[in-house]
Amino acid sequence: MTEAAINLDESSLKLTDLVSAVGGVDVSYCYQCGKCATGCPVAYEMDLVPTQLIHAIQLGVTDLVYKSKTMWLCAGCLTCTTRCPQEIDIAEALSTIKILMAREGGTPQVPDVLKFNRSFVQNLNWFGRIYELGMVGMLKLRTGKFAQDMAMGMKMLKKDKFHLLPRIRGGSAVHQIFKRVKKQEKP
Amino acid sequence: MKYGYYPGCSLHSTGQEFDKSFKAVCHKLGVELVELEKWVCCGASAVHNLSQLMAIALPMANLALLPEMELEEVVIPCASCFSRFKIAQHSVKTDKKLKRKVVEAIHRDCNDEAKVIHPLTIFSQKPLISQIPTHVERNLSGLKVACYYGCLLTRPPKITEFDVAEYPMTMDNVLRATGVTTVDWPYKTVCCGASFALSKPDIVVNLSHNVIQEAKLAGADAISVACPLCHANLDTRQDDMAKKYGTHPHLPILYFTQLMGLSFGISPAELYLHKHLTDVEKIFEKVGQPA
Repeated sequence: MTEAAINLDESSLKLTDLVSAVGGVDVSYCYQCGKCATGCPVAYEMDLVPTQLIHAIQLGVTDLVYKSKTMWLCAGCLTCTTRCPQEIDIAEALSTIKILMAREGGTPQVPDVLKFNRSFVQNLNWFGRIYELGMVGMLKLRTGKFAQDMAMGMKMLKKDKFHLLPRIRGGSAVHQIFKRVKKQEKP
Repeated sequence: MKYGYYPGCSLHSTGQEFDKSFKAVCHKLGVELVELEKWVCCGASAVHNLSQLMAIALPMANLALLPEMELEEVVIPCASCFSRFKIAQHSVKTDKKLKRKVVEAIHRDCNDEAKVIHPLTIFSQKPLISQIPTHVERNLSGLKVACYYGCLLTRPPKITEFDVAEYPMTMDNVLRATGVTTVDWPYKTVCCGASFALSKPDIVVNLSHNVIQEAKLAGADAISVACPLCHANLDTRQDDMAKKYGTHPHLPILYFTQLMGLSFGISPAELYLHKHLTDVEKIFEKVGQPA
């Protein structure tokens, strides 16, 4: 395997600064001890383990970071954040990369996760509270995976686990908050 | 004791067993709950991956409802909601600039002094914990239970202020007070796959299978949970585990409030035991059929 050289200059710090400005997490404290990677329950699925992704952010290798699966496979269990000896909120740094990619229209390596997040937020914006059956429908329209989990879904329907119709409560309040958040987030 | 009650979306839908059993147990223990009338979704696992400000604003919008109802404390059973509220409060307390943005977004004051509390904390505190045995009508000591705390009740402990992160005991202590036997096991706070329930189910089947296998190795007859997402993953994915790993776990997954309710003599129907996908009948082989 050949390794590409990484050229470091002042611009290398841009990504670290961006993560700090948008997510409030300063990854420059990381010295690659690897504790986050050791405790991560999903590390076995990742191309870069969390400590490698944090290192890539530090080095400003934006391409490598954005093309990684890692942040999309983060389950948000906060084990890394809890155990980091430098008290870096690693999970929040990973979320920040996802926020940056969504803003910049980047293509995630695990597209279904972004599709789920978007379906959730759309549902929330419409109804104020999550209408689960509707959210599953929105997600399936986005992924096209209509057969996935159908058997389980039918069993849950039989057990009357879902409401068949949405109950709109607080939809307009949430919608207003969304509008005011968007206004503030405009660059 | 009177608390504001934030059920969250799951407890009104796929996690209704948690809502019903929690209310039944509170009624028995004399804990009064007042549901926040105009509550909205807290943003859960998705929103903070799209907008940090929105993820903080939603819980704070809910906390702003408390003074209107003359309430100072809010109890939140769903571990994911609980975590989002705690993180939001911590964020506005430590970041003044963010606080101003949140106030602008919700058009209300930030209620960062409201006390956000989990039911397990209420039940585990004196004098309530010492009153629990006086309500017990059914002996459940023949039942061995693995208490599963999941991720978000304990982590990070500085923010959730719940219990230690690596080996919590709050749920064990509450269930032991009802007479249930709880087991020592190493997977109390290891992730079940959480919000990948819909987007990456293969991860959920793998991680939840690990949790169930460890509980079985420790000799547990059932797992007790405090989170609707943990419940969904452990309860509804057992058929998928059978397909992937060859053997069906058949391990009952219950909310800790359902076990408390059973010990108090509340009927299984009232505790919504019939709502689970994995049959819970096996627990009655250990403790006898309810009257």
